[in-house]
Amino acid sequence: MSGVTNIILTGVGGQGILMASEIISEAAVQVGYDVKKSEIHGMAQRGGSVNSHVRFGEKVYSPLVMKGDCDLLLAFEKLEALRMASFIKEDGAIIVNDQQVNPSTVASGAATYPENIEEILNIHFKSVTFIDALKIAKAAGDPRAANTALLGAASKLLSIPVEIWEDAISRRVPKRAIEVNLKSFYMGQQDSGL
Amino acid sequence: MKTLLSGNEAVARGAYESGVSVASAYPGTPSTEILETIASNFPEIYAEWSPNEKVAFEVGVGCSFAGGRALVAMKHVGVNVAADPLFTLSYTGVRGGFVLVSADDPGMHSSQNEQDNRNYARFAKVPMLDPSDSQEAKDFVLRAFQLSEQFDVPVILHSTTRIAHSKSLVELGERVEMAPPQGFIKDCQKFVMIPAHGRRRHAIVEERLKKLREYSDECSLQRMEIMDEEIGIITSGISYQYCREVLPQASILKLGIIYPLPENLIREFAGRVKKLYVVEELDPFFEEQIREMGLDVQGIGKRLGELSPDVLAESFRDAGARNTARMQEDDHPDIQLPARPPAMCPGCPHRSVFYVLKKKKLTVTGDIGCYTLSVLPPLETMDTCVCMGASIGTAMGIEKATHRSDNVVAVIGDSTFVHSGITGLVDMVYNKSKGTVIILDNETTAMTGRQEHPGTGRTLMGEETTRIKLLDLARSLGVEYVKEVNPYNLDELESVLDEAINLDKLAVLVTNQPCLLLRRSREVQIVEVDQDLCIGCQLCLRLGCPAISSITPDDKKARIDPSLCSGCMVCVQICRSKAILPVTNDE
Repeated sequence: MSGVTNIILTGVGGQGILMASEIISEAAVQVGYDVKKSEIHGMAQRGGSVNSHVRFGEKVYSPLVMKGDCDLLLAFEKLEALRMASFIKEDGAIIVNDQQVNPSTVASGAATYPENIEEILNIHFKSVTFIDALKIAKAAGDPRAANTALLGAASKLLSIPVEIWEDAISRRVPKRAIEVNLKSFYMGQQDSGL
Repeated sequence: MKTLLSGNEAVARGAYESGVSVASAYPGTPSTEILETIASNFPEIYAEWSPNEKVAFEVGVGCSFAGGRALVAMKHVGVNVAADPLFTLSYTGVRGGFVLVSADDPGMHSSQNEQDNRNYARFAKVPMLDPSDSQEAKDFVLRAFQLSEQFDVPVILHSTTRIAHSKSLVELGERVEMAPPQGFIKDCQKFVMIPAHGRRRHAIVEERLKKLREYSDECSLQRMEIMDEEIGIITSGISYQYCREVLPQASILKLGIIYPLPENLIREFAGRVKKLYVVEELDPFFEEQIREMGLDVQGIGKRLGELSPDVLAESFRDAGARNTARMQEDDHPDIQLPARPPAMCPGCPHRSVFYVLKKKKLTVTGDIGCYTLSVLPPLETMDTCVCMGASIGTAMGIEKATHRSDNVVAVIGDSTFVHSGITGLVDMVYNKSKGTVIILDNETTAMTGRQEHPGTGRTLMGEETTRIKLLDLARSLGVEYVKEVNPYNLDELESVLDEAINLDKLAVLVTNQPCLLLRRSREVQIVEVDQDLCIGCQLCLRLGCPAISSITPDDKKARIDPSLCSGCMVCVQICRSKAILPVTNDE
């Protein structure tokens, strides 16, 4: 649907995906958009994939992004980035945290983790950015702020004012972690190359 | 000022704004957050985890009979457990309004089936409402209570995973001022369902249904959106949103009350559009009733699995409504990617139990919880799982049919056992089973997010209470052989299991280690694989612990991810080369 920004966040349970999804949604609400988001809570803790769809615009009906409609894929893990590829618009953007978390099928030797994920994505999509969010977060002071580093990168592609990002982050993350998350956010903005 | 709320949070808010006195539930995805939100935010409402959905429902019945508004929430299969009181509450009717929230799971994101609970409304002869977003999820709660009190009937509020767990903007309202429940007022004809009274009430039920049908026709919750008259769609719930997304110009009759159907409204709508469609998830619940009305309607949707806007667009394309549906191009990379199934956490106290059961080649009748994941590779050690509590009855049935009790073990979690395993164990005692039951007591209802239950000693509100001790319970039921066992100690586990199986007497074993995620301790002694001692036998990999992996498919040696290892030491006991050793902390 025209006029709606479609974002998908994906990764593995425990990476702070749902928190990031909350922050983006909160920011979009503050800008004044109609916002819908969808997520499957089920298996996050048990090492399964976690996806969250966030859609915002003047009026949003479906909470689910349709295939080929995703403007921005924010992937916290490489394999999950590839798994969601069919959702992305040809001229959509992909930001990937350069991290590999082996699923149990790979750990047991039953399957192989694909090599060259970056290459494959670059063949099919024009805007692919890999960033080491964990490294940025560690430099900011806490590896758990990797999700806000990714949000920093994403913010370069979304027309949401920085004060609104700051406000959303401050309201959502634990009080004692606000400073380090904001720092991680700014560093993500700078280091993304976007 | 609008807030982004999930459907569950919105229902909780709706309960608050409706002046609910009592809210009860048993945890079950996708309904769990309803009671959690009520408990955290609305002290005005008495909120409890009940042992199971039947009890939860009956607690609600009591509140309603005493004149208070009651909200009872559960997942779809939970309604099966609560069905007995539901059907007869339809006969007695209510005093204070009674709303049952049925949160269904099309696509079985975390359920054992995808039954379509809209059928319950028709079967139990009660009205059902179907919200399409969080605002409606909240607003429909109050409408449901009003409907309940106006027509003297329990009302079901239908929800699905996409409504329950999706978030959308909600305008909040004020809590309605309800008089405190006046207390129980005697009325045996109404409340005591002996046959003589029941027959009278049944007649009232049928009359009531007629009046509800009229109401459904006139209710503002039914919304006719006439736009392009080429296509007319009858739909409800999340399907409405998908229809609007995929066919922005179609005419839609959006149903807020989905049982009874507004027959006159449907006929009117059918008369105004060229081609009539119905879009629904799972069963052809609308389609069949609309056909019965004599109308020509085409059903669009899926009998299997969840609906999505993509599936809907494709279905409309296939149905020939090509010009109005959006085209999707599918030229994206189509590679076989490694699956990422869920697994028990590193250090889960359940893992070793299944490892030992597998080693002994026993048939395992299983149950519902985190431990159900033992069915997945590499453990693959759960042989049956049907519904809550079924593990015990199933083991009993196998024993009585085969006249053997030493090759089957029933495995059940603590919360599941309290929910519906006790009566199974009673059967084993009463009907002379010689089998073995293992209760996996990890001191929580884990899979749904670690909720309290009668065996944890704490209520939903976090208050201390009498703890139901499972060992004592088993003994007081008459089981003679009841033993506690530490699942992290493999030798102890194996020897106790051996003894129990070969006992030729009913045996109950209770494991005694809490869910790993309950442990807050940061002090963990992790282990690592000494690469020189490791011979690459891969025995440790058979545990299926997410922390243990082989280095490469060619180099078969194992390694342990230090960020995942929880220090349970089970793999240490399995390794025949003594190659897994504690990591010395020199940081």
